[in-house]
Amino acid sequence: MIVAKRKPFEEIKEMLKGYKKVLNVGCGTCVSVCLAGGEKEVAILNAELDMARNLEDDPIEIHGQTVERQCDREYLAELDDIIKKEKFDALMSMACGVGIQFLAERFPDIPTFPGVDTTGLAVNQAVGWYEERCRSCSQCVLGITGGICPITMCAKGLFNGPCGGTNKGNCEISADQPCAWFKIHERLAAQGRLSSIRKINLARGWKDQIPRNLIQPGYKKPEKVS
Amino acid sequence: MSIQGNNLKSGSNLEKILKSGQFAFTGELGPPRGTDVKEVIEKAQFLKGNVDSVNITDNQTAVVRMASWAASLLLVQEGLEPNYQMVCRDRNRLAMQADILGAYALGIRNMLCLSGDHCQFGDHPDAKGVFDIDSMQLIAMVKQMRDDAKFLGGAEIHHPPKIFIGAASNPFADPFDWRVQRLAKKIEAGVDFIQTQCIYNMEKFRKFIHIAGEEGLTEKVYILAGVTPFKSIGMAKYMKSKVPGMDVPDEVIKRLQGVEKGKVAQEGINMACEQIEEFKSMKGVHGVHLMAIEWEHKVPEIAAQAKVLPRPKPE
Ligand code: SF4
Ligand code: SF4
Repeated sequence: MIVAKRKPFEEIKEMLKGYKKVLNVGCGTCVSVCLAGGEKEVAILNAELDMARNLEDDPIEIHGQTVERQCDREYLAELDDIIKKEKFDALMSMACGVGIQFLAERFPDIPTFPGVDTTGLAVNQAVGWYEERCRSCSQCVLGITGGICPITMCAKGLFNGPCGGTNKGNCEISADQPCAWFKIHERLAAQGRLSSIRKINLARGWKDQIPRNLIQPGYKKPEKVS
Repeated sequence: MSIQGNNLKSGSNLEKILKSGQFAFTGELGPPRGTDVKEVIEKAQFLKGNVDSVNITDNQTAVVRMASWAASLLLVQEGLEPNYQMVCRDRNRLAMQADILGAYALGIRNMLCLSGDHCQFGDHPDAKGVFDIDSMQLIAMVKQMRDDAKFLGGAEIHHPPKIFIGAASNPFADPFDWRVQRLAKKIEAGVDFIQTQCIYNMEKFRKFIHIAGEEGLTEKVYILAGVTPFKSIGMAKYMKSKVPGMDVPDEVIKRLQGVEKGKVAQEGINMACEQIEEFKSMKGVHGVHLMAIEWEHKVPEIAAQAKVLPRPKPE
């Protein structure tokens, strides 16, 4: 899933300075699961903002609403009525970067601010602990690297590791960070598949250097979107 | 690729010495953290005539310094032969190829292809590491530029750069059994010579070079054993505990501790010279790379004590 972390309160407060009536929109999917921007987090942030602004004698009228997914028009449409009726002077989104942009795009006349910092595509290791696993490079190499991503998990994104900095199985950057290539070697050795990294991985073209558009086979871009 | 055959790939001094079967002796110089040419020239004087080629580090330990091509050029002007280091951390394939063309045009003939230490170690820890290609791919790219006269993108190069291609090898980083395989990969990528990480654990190195020999690799690439004399016990302890991928056995530290204060540095040099002596006759080792870090002024003394002088002067 996509994981995110709530922005520091002071930063959020600063962004919303001068705005009197704000709708804070949560997202019920990834950021909700990773405890950053679901219904509960929206309520907590709103309470904090309400209190802080009251203390500063500059009250804010802050509303909250959480939709199922902010990256989906169908769910964003649920906000049309309330936004039309209430005339907010700003929106805040606690969805990931994708959701924030989609919200801003739907309501282009209203300033929209991010409530979270999106940090990546991660697994849930334990409650509250998420580890990045994929940088969505558009050309997955997991088939040759034993299911361990060298782009994400190797600090230098090497294709022919491990480098000379491998330190007792850890990466040169820290004793807390396992060396991805040490693990790749270990896993492939156990599977008897070391031959798959014995070949040189030649330089590849990067497919993530322009905004990517994905249209699945059998589909096409509609002429108009609602 | 084979060590036999008559055609020189680059015609560099280092290549000629290695090719003629003589024991090579290379040094190292770190460019300044400023624009002082004098500093480079002064350091270079200690190396001149005492080594066959001088590695010019490229933003070593991810700390900004004078560009390695520029410091290399200063050495060329001083009549020394540089070994131009290039790391994958700081530039993409366009900048790399452009720098290689420029370096060759200005008289640089040897290159060392490295991944580079992570930015986190340096003075700009939050810099974006480029790593567009890795060191293996860099070797292959330089070889393609040289031998096929083609850029990585496939376009033709007019007057291709004839570079003698070097790379590093760390026999001490784990997994140990993969290190020889990685060396084999570098050879397949097109490397001509290897300079190893600083060697302190001789036993492990002997094992490494033995396996490399058994796999036929020492016939396909020139290997220069990395030597760094210890200046102090503190330095040895630091290298042991703080430098990733470094293997400093306890006996080495004990030996330094065993001598009188004030004689530790000399003992460090003695140990380095004993190593060099062993490398001279070690099968599969073709030379020594002396990394006398911020100790360039000791190089003449070390070279003399190691009995590697005078240096050969190929045609
Ligand atoms: S190689 Fe890594 S970054 Fe690319 S798609 Fe696969 S997991 Fe993601
Ligand atoms: S130590 Fe391992 S994970 Fe770290 S940069 Fe080197 S190969 Fe990558």
